[in-house]
Amino acid sequence: MHSVLLVTAAFLASAVEMVEALTIVLAVGVTRGWRSAGWGVAAAVGGLVVIVAGLGPALANLPIDSLRLVVGTVLLVFGLQWLRKAVLRAGGVKAMHDEEAIYEAEVALLREDGERRAHDWYAFTVAFKGVFLEGLEVAFIVVTFGGTQRNVGLAAVGAVAALVVVLIAGLIVHAPLTRVPENTLKFGVGVMLTAFGTFWSAEGAGITWPGADLSLLGLIAFVLVLSFGLVAFVRRAAHVPEVTAT
Amino acid sequence: MKLLAQFGKFWYDFLIGDDWRLAVGVVITISSVFFVAHHGVNAWWLLPLAVALILMISVTHEVRRQVR
Repeated sequence: MHSVLLVTAAFLASAVEMVEALTIVLAVGVTRGWRSAGWGVAAAVGGLVVIVAGLGPALANLPIDSLRLVVGTVLLVFGLQWLRKAVLRAGGVKAMHDEEAIYEAEVALLREDGERRAHDWYAFTVAFKGVFLEGLEVAFIVVTFGGTQRNVGLAAVGAVAALVVVLIAGLIVHAPLTRVPENTLKFGVGVMLTAFGTFWSAEGAGITWPGADLSLLGLIAFVLVLSFGLVAFVRRAAHVPEVTAT
Repeated sequence: MKLLAQFGKFWYDFLIGDDWRLAVGVVITISSVFFVAHHGVNAWWLLPLAVALILMISVTHEVRRQVR
């Protein structure tokens, strides 16, 4: 059960980052040409491989409780940020993250920049930046999710599955992934990151969970109920301002 | 230098993000959990409760800011 949750969490979290990276690469590729964009992607992937290979042994030497404490804390903070945004979006207070608008803005910016060259450094840099930054977050997710469970391979399976699914989706639609319900995905990722972060950081701090790993399911349910409750609160507050504007 | 600034900005956005209260609240709570756990109290309920409170405070703060 725990392995399924680990793969699912890594899959969802990685998919969110990959959708964002793919949107940027599609925008660059369509407007500036695929060659330079492809080199940018390749360079970013190469850099990521070096970083992940460098991080792996360092993480393996850390004591597991210290690792859980540090990683759990970082994940919890990151997860809460993600969940906060998703709750505010679902409640109608914050604008939905619009991939179509991002794509159009990216395309307009690229067209303004001018003529295409034999090697387009702009396309290379934009593709590199997008893939490297989002990829670094995927690497972080894989190393931390997998590292704390001493099973980086399993977390990597989730990330690779996400890569395959996002690439296939990108190839099928061959356009910005505006139809992927990004906020729903982010909502789920926020819940998972918050639950995992709570579980690991408390374990690392010296807490023994009742029911051991099974308590993770209880934590996910708890965070889910909390989030839905907050969405209902935000919707009510946004539509009836006088209720909460005191 | 620019690379260092970008690296710092990446981690600032990654950890602090839109609301510093989340990071501060989490660090204070986990420090408290660490303290009580090393004094023999298995307060497993403390962190989930604090997480709920921290998220509620942050969301409520943003909603009130938007409504004003």
